[in-house]
Amino acid sequence: MTATEATTAPGSAGAVLGTRRLRTEDPPLLTGESLFVADIKLSGCLHLALVRSTVAHGRILSVDLGPAKSMPGVVAAFSGADLKDAWAAPMPCAWPVTADMLSPTHLPLAVETVAYLGDAVAAVVAESEYAARDAADAVVVEYDPLPAVIHLEDALSDRNLVHEELGTNSSYTWELSPDPVAVEAAFAAAAHTVSKRYVQQRLIPSAMEPRGVLVVPHPYGGEYTVYSATQIPHILKIMLAITTGIPETSLRVIAPSVGGGFGSKLNVYAEEILAVVLAQRLRRPIRWVEERSENSVATIQGRGQIQHIDLAADSGGKITAIRVKLLADMGAYLQLVTPGVPLLGAFLYTGVYDVPAYSFSCTSVFTTMTPTDAYRGAGRPEATYAIERAIDALAAEVGVDPVEIRRRNFVREEQFPYASVAGLVYDTGRYALALDKALDIAGYQGLRDEQARRRQAGETKQLGIGVSSYMEMCGLAPSRVLGSLNYTAGGWEAATVRLLPTGKVQVVTGTSPHGQGHETAWAMIAADRLTMSPDDIEVIHSDTAMAPYGMDTYGSRSLPVGGVAVALATDKVIDKAREIAAHLLEAAAEDLELTDGSFRVKGSPTMEVALGAVAFEAFSAHNLPDGMEPNLEASVHYDPPNFSFPFGTHIAVVELDTDTGQVRLNRYIAVDDCGNQVNPLIVEGQVHGGIVQGVAQAMWEEALYDDDGNLLTSTMIDYLVPAASELPSFETASTITPSTTNVLGVKGVGEAGTIGSAPAVMNAIVDALSPFGVTDLDMPATPERIWRAMAQASAMAQAEGEA
Amino acid sequence: MRVSLTVNGKLRESEVEPRLLLVHFLRDVLGLTGTNIGCDTSSCGACTVLIGGDSVKSCTMLAVQADGTEITTIEGLAGEALHPVQEAFRQNHGLQCGYCTPGMVMAAASLLAEQPHPSEEEVRAGLEGNLCRCTGYHNIVKSVLAAADMAPVPAPAVAS
Repeated sequence: MTATEATTAPGSAGAVLGTRRLRTEDPPLLTGESLFVADIKLSGCLHLALVRSTVAHGRILSVDLGPAKSMPGVVAAFSGADLKDAWAAPMPCAWPVTADMLSPTHLPLAVETVAYLGDAVAAVVAESEYAARDAADAVVVEYDPLPAVIHLEDALSDRNLVHEELGTNSSYTWELSPDPVAVEAAFAAAAHTVSKRYVQQRLIPSAMEPRGVLVVPHPYGGEYTVYSATQIPHILKIMLAITTGIPETSLRVIAPSVGGGFGSKLNVYAEEILAVVLAQRLRRPIRWVEERSENSVATIQGRGQIQHIDLAADSGGKITAIRVKLLADMGAYLQLVTPGVPLLGAFLYTGVYDVPAYSFSCTSVFTTMTPTDAYRGAGRPEATYAIERAIDALAAEVGVDPVEIRRRNFVREEQFPYASVAGLVYDTGRYALALDKALDIAGYQGLRDEQARRRQAGETKQLGIGVSSYMEMCGLAPSRVLGSLNYTAGGWEAATVRLLPTGKVQVVTGTSPHGQGHETAWAMIAADRLTMSPDDIEVIHSDTAMAPYGMDTYGSRSLPVGGVAVALATDKVIDKAREIAAHLLEAAAEDLELTDGSFRVKGSPTMEVALGAVAFEAFSAHNLPDGMEPNLEASVHYDPPNFSFPFGTHIAVVELDTDTGQVRLNRYIAVDDCGNQVNPLIVEGQVHGGIVQGVAQAMWEEALYDDDGNLLTSTMIDYLVPAASELPSFETASTITPSTTNVLGVKGVGEAGTIGSAPAVMNAIVDALSPFGVTDLDMPATPERIWRAMAQASAMAQAEGEA
Repeated sequence: MRVSLTVNGKLRESEVEPRLLLVHFLRDVLGLTGTNIGCDTSSCGACTVLIGGDSVKSCTMLAVQADGTEITTIEGLAGEALHPVQEAFRQNHGLQCGYCTPGMVMAAASLLAEQPHPSEEEVRAGLEGNLCRCTGYHNIVKSVLAAADMAPVPAPAVAS
């Protein structure tokens, strides 16, 4: 199928949704016209550079700003001690998951101790970026180093404390155990059990645009305009008010073009707060642009968990219970939603399976590494990885094909809506359908035959085939559910739709896109209902002055919450327009139908009035029904009744070079179901990108620290974000099972690819290795790790043979 | 030091610090902010521009080293209409956040000038120096192959 130019003519409702409309976002991005934060130039702007800790953990003995202050172009320099009274509140954590959760005080500039390499100890402000960087390098800081804490099990032992004042490294323990007796009974009666320990290595999100912030003060008007490379302008505004003490009414936050986020820009960062405070003090615009090596240590990292998962099953391989214990790495401090990430996975360790008994427990610890927080999927890729790896192990234990073990355990189509043992109600799902389609595209039996042939022939290049059937909960989220999980904010989304006097339409959304294509998709949603062309619709977003209400973009929430809000606000405007049209046509409102952008009287199609004419009537207000307010504008604050539950099956085919341990991803098949699709072109793009982030976790990426807490992968030379040359093209398809909990029938899709892909790839690699006696492997599956695993298995087999 | 070079067909002259990187010269001195900076190790390719028609990461060279050269940045690629490579990226959803896009488009334009009809494998190898975190490269590769099919790719504009 090829993409088509935006040719959607006004027509009946339903003419626009589901079409492959090209993105309106693209021309300015393709020509360099779009402005990212670093592109915004202001005369008189000062540049901020930070002095970051050179030790992972230590006491600050002294900070000598003298040499920096005397350098040319330097305007001011501050230590943490200089600014310790500047903060109205410490850095925010919005998710205190338990009442007794421990959290250290976290300030934008460290005062007495540093707890990771990204901790900034001093700030330098200069007339140019080069001068600021030079001066930051001239600041002399002395430390008394303290022991680094980088291994989670070591952290748990409290042998060395990250924050002495807390008395322990454990932040919290959170449990979800609806019926522990049932779990124990199931394990006691099990015919088969599987017990696995998986490691979720730390990942660096690596959005291509590093972070950046520009604060423009208006010292005599008291207003601050904050441009930030953020996913969350609305949340940031509230948090800046709280942390700086500047009234919310004097803050305006704008997220201009934002170059990807993947969760890393779903946060409130030290530099944002610092830039506001310094702009306030110095009364000049302040700009800070992150360098990539800074991003590696000072922007949140993802994953970082040790997972213990046990499955109990009957003799036929039907799972009877799942027990999960997590140890989660918080890093040095709790950032915005750090402690909540493992909870987002807690409900998903039963995967796509009908599991009667379940218990989950997570203990989270501080370490002297960069804080972790939400990274694409946030808790859900980790959960899916554990269950999808463990069920392959169960298949081996039971002696059936990985596909067969999944079939025996799927939640069946007739069981929906399905109340899971973890407490969720899945709206819709056809798990076997997606699996069948993926197997069909892959030519699964043919692959198995080829694999058998190569094994028999003892070829150097062996095949591995890995299957992963996933479901996830996204579309964050019903506010009451978030409240029950102790999340501070709600999960609603706002939308306003305006019909302007010239017949054009404005859609104002509280979502904040950074690559997802909301301008295109939201216009399609409104156009579809208005029976107009999306070309006549403008989408306004990411500026708290123009879109004052919003909960922003993360957790695959934008479409199932924000997009649905747009649909509902559009319907509200249409309802009012219908009243006006009925008045003008002297007809009953219920006799009017909206087609081709006009209201027509059913049965008398010549009696019509165009929406544009109705909008002008509403604007002039000369002839409105009695008591009706002028103008056509409607707002909706939509709180979803449930999460959305997309699903699918991914199949990875890898080729393993048994001489070198090198793995090549030969094919990747993904069948995803995100319900109704607004724009399949955008859906496919989300799936492609998502797949690669999961594949990259499986094969290449790892934030590696040495025992002193130094990050060894602090540049893009060492941290292996994959390039085009390492990947194949993907074979994607979809099934469409509409959600029943929203008017569009949509589900989120932003994270699905990442959630499904890492286990598919690892299952494929372990499958390729299984004839060599290797039954497990940690991520990333580097050639060295594979080679060593093969050598070890071979040595063990030899030893057993000799014994 | 004084540098004199042609950027997007215009002669530009300026006094610069010897250590000024070319990418900072383009962005901060000339105001051509379409060329982005994504890393500090010449790994990501976001800053790719064409110098004498060859793709170059503009963070790997100093402005003074570019003295006397002819440079094309993303701002110099489109005329009234988008350049075929830009149009192909648009038609094939070859971009999402768009941050790597200017560099990716320049690298692709240079690749196609050298190899007008590359195979998929050649496109993937040719773009090895440019990282994208959004698209998984699937639609970027498709875009470049489509651009090759669309029309002969004109050599990027340089001053005559």
